[in-house]
Amino acid sequence: MYLILLLLAGIFVNNYVLSQFLGICPFLGVSKKVDTAAGMGMAVIFVIVLACAASWLVYNLILVPLHIEYLYNIAFILVIASLVQFVEMFLKKAAPALYQALGVFLPLITTNCAVLGVAVLNMQKEYNFIESIFNGIGGAAGFALAIVLFAGIRERIADNDTPKAFDGFPMALVTAGLMSIAFLGFSGLIKL
Amino acid sequence: MANPIKIIKNGIIDENPTFIQVIGMCPTLAVTSSAINGIGMGLSTTAVLIFANLFVSLLRKIIPDKVRIPCFIVVIATFVTIVQFMLQAYLPSLNASLGLYIPLIVVNCIILARAEAFASKNGPIASICDGIGMGLGFTVALGILGLVREFIGAGTLFDVTVLPEAFPKTLLFVMAPGAFFTLACLMALLNHFRNKKKA
Repeated sequence: MYLILLLLAGIFVNNYVLSQFLGICPFLGVSKKVDTAAGMGMAVIFVIVLACAASWLVYNLILVPLHIEYLYNIAFILVIASLVQFVEMFLKKAAPALYQALGVFLPLITTNCAVLGVAVLNMQKEYNFIESIFNGIGGAAGFALAIVLFAGIRERIADNDTPKAFDGFPMALVTAGLMSIAFLGFSGLIKL
Repeated sequence: MANPIKIIKNGIIDENPTFIQVIGMCPTLAVTSSAINGIGMGLSTTAVLIFANLFVSLLRKIIPDKVRIPCFIVVIATFVTIVQFMLQAYLPSLNASLGLYIPLIVVNCIILARAEAFASKNGPIASICDGIGMGLGFTVALGILGLVREFIGAGTLFDVTVLPEAFPKTLLFVMAPGAFFTLACLMALLNHFRNKKKA
C-alpha cells in the first residue's frame, strides 16, 4: 500500500515538472508535438528507473563503505552519463525499433535534471532499494504525463491568435503555469 | 582575441542565458521565490561557471574530442561539489533554502553549453570573461524574477516588508505557478520592446 501511495504521490502530488521544476528544459523544448513528447516521456521513464537502481547501488555499495559519500554528485552524474550511453548502445543492438523511437532523445536525457534530481532525492530521503525504484517510476510517469498533456495543449494553441508579444515561449510558460495550478489541486491528497 | 568587456556585455545583455537563449530554466523557475534565493543561486552558478570555463579552457588541448562531454561534466561536478561545501560552511541558511538545486547545478545546461560552445574553443582569459558575463546575466535574470515574485507574493523586498500589512498578498506568486507566469510576463515584455524597436 505504501509503495502505491509513493507511486501516486510522484505522479500527481509532487509532480517533478509542475511543482518541483525538475526537467523543465525537455519539458519546454520537446513538447511541440504529442508524438515526440510521448517518445521523450517513455525514454525518461526508462532511464530514470535504471538510474534510480544504479545510483542506489553505487551509493550504498561503493560510496558508503568507502566513506566518500561527499562525492555523490560526481558519482551520480557519471553513473547517469554512462548509463545513458550504455542504454543507447544496447538498444541499438537489441531493439532497433525502440531505438528508432527513442534514439534522438536519449543523449538529451543526461542533462535532464529530473534524472539526477530523483537520484539525489532518493539518497537524501534514505529510501531503500524498492522505495527508490517506486519513487523513480512515479516521478518519471509524472513527467511523462505532464509532457504529453502539455504537448497536446500546445498543439491546439499553435494556430490560435495570441498577443504578438506572447508568441512562442511566453505562451508556453503561461500554459505550463495554468497546468501547474491544476496540479496544485492534488496537493494534500496523499500524505507520506 | 575579442575585447574582454565586450565578452562580458555579450553574456549579460546580447545573449542573456535566461531571456534570450532560454536555457537553464529549472533553477530559474525553482529558486526564485525570493530575491535573495535568486541572487544566491545566480552567484553560485557564476562561481561554478567561471572555474569550469577556466579549467575546460586550460584542458582543451588535452581532452580527446570523443570523450569531451563526460570530461566537461566531471570538471563541472567537481566545482559544484566545492561550491556546495563552501555554502554549507559559510552560508548554511542559503544552502538550506536552495537545497536540492545546489547539486543540480551540474546539469544546468548553461554551464555545459558554455564549456562546449566557448571555453573549449577559446583561451583561458576570454573564457573567464565569458563565465563572468554569462553568470552575471543569469544572476540578473534570477534577481529580477525573484524581486517581482517576492514583491507580489509576500509584499517584501530582500526580506524587508514594503507593502502595508492590509495589502492583499497573492500567495500564488511564491508558489510554483507564479514562477511560470512571472517569467512569461517578463519575456513578453522584452518581446514587446524588441518588436517595437524593429517596427
